[in-house]
Amino acid sequence: MLTKRIIACLDVRGGRVVKGVQFVDIIDAGDPAELAHRHARGGADEIVLLDITATHEGRGTLLETVKRTASQLFVPFTVGGGIRSAENAAAVFDAGADKVSINSSAIARPELIGEIGSSFGAQAVIVAIDARRGNADPHTAEVYVSGGRKPTGRRVVEWAREAEDRGAGEILLTSMDADGMRNGFDCELTRAVSEAVQIPVIASGGAGSAAHFADVFKAGKADAALAASIFHFGVTDSRALKAEVAAAGVAMRLPC
Amino acid sequence: MIAVIDYKAGNLTSVVKALKFLGAQDVVVTQSPADVLRADKIVLPGVGHFQATQLLEDLKLTAAVREAVAEGTPFLGICVGLQWLYEGSTESPETRGLGHFAGMCERFPLTFEGNELKSPHVGWNSLENVRADSRLLRGVNAGEFVYFTHSWRAPISEDTAAATMYGGAFTAAVERGNVMGVQFHPEKSAETGMKVLKNFLELAGC
Repeated sequence: MLTKRIIACLDVRGGRVVKGVQFVDIIDAGDPAELAHRHARGGADEIVLLDITATHEGRGTLLETVKRTASQLFVPFTVGGGIRSAENAAAVFDAGADKVSINSSAIARPELIGEIGSSFGAQAVIVAIDARRGNADPHTAEVYVSGGRKPTGRRVVEWAREAEDRGAGEILLTSMDADGMRNGFDCELTRAVSEAVQIPVIASGGAGSAAHFADVFKAGKADAALAASIFHFGVTDSRALKAEVAAAGVAMRLPC
Repeated sequence: MIAVIDYKAGNLTSVVKALKFLGAQDVVVTQSPADVLRADKIVLPGVGHFQATQLLEDLKLTAAVREAVAEGTPFLGICVGLQWLYEGSTESPETRGLGHFAGMCERFPLTFEGNELKSPHVGWNSLENVRADSRLLRGVNAGEFVYFTHSWRAPISEDTAAATMYGGAFTAAVERGNVMGVQFHPEKSAETGMKVLKNFLELAGC
């Protein structure tokens, strides 16, 4: 049976994994390669590395980090952050990524989705969408770019459909309303997007407990769920989490 | 020498990396029929469109593979590389496969047993009905999970070495003699995938 995926996300800046506490205080949480391997050994189904380096100099460091992380990682590995062209993507694939995640750059130039897909296959292109809706209907949720700073006036569900039409392999949907609150994923929003597209939807933002994962898989119809903050310092073992989610009736890859 | 055939369909980095990690010393990424003919083992990876396999014919690699496998060189096709071992795929009907295994690859149905079926099939799914005499799947048990990402699939036949269920059963692994294929990505399937690649590396030519 096809299982639901639990994806560990590492935010990386200047070659180190960082953690924002309340999104302000950035704390060093370790070496990306080491943490990625610990997550993989601990049962994470997939690893995502998000580069939050804003500077040009940081890009070289990123490729080095990707290379080092990928060298002995034998689960799917996605890299996102600052990929603005098919050439940027090619460099990240060369360094060992299996998929790239693009966000603002896809909104700015949607052709990028197809350009990367035509060389590396649709399965290698994840379109990440940062969504905000407040208390409004999930179908009216708006797409934000530039790390959630800029509203675009575009509706999330429509953009997800367009991304699929243009050849995206998966959608990574982050609820800005739920993000960092640890009160659960936005299941209504996730469901609205999941029902609008054929491709898998990865839910992100709000993970705080195993019950939240079970909810987003069942009520939210998510195919995968991503978490960063639930895996706090030293917590790199997904097995206990997955066992709990499985006990709630969701197919998980166990033992792993 | 292990020849990894490059037909410009996606990214070969992961496959090569996994083979080297498992101790393969001499891995050559190639488009040359001569390399294929002198190889001890041949790997045909591939993600993307079935049409990309047309390049194998254009570069005379199809003939080289046919000759090499007839001489007993172990061959492993991965993902589209497995599909190419069949007669063809509805993804690109004008592109012929190797035809080593009978049947056509077809797209997942839109619905299965009355429910909508999402496509592509992405994620970790289990291997079922693992054939006891499979050399490629030695030590792999039914129920072990491997990572898939694909929209077309090969039919079940007597050469199926393991099946996977998604919108009905399809061939997750195929094997007859020295010719083998896996629909999943062993290089991304953690311990189970590494076991499969290791089995392949340890095969003696016959």
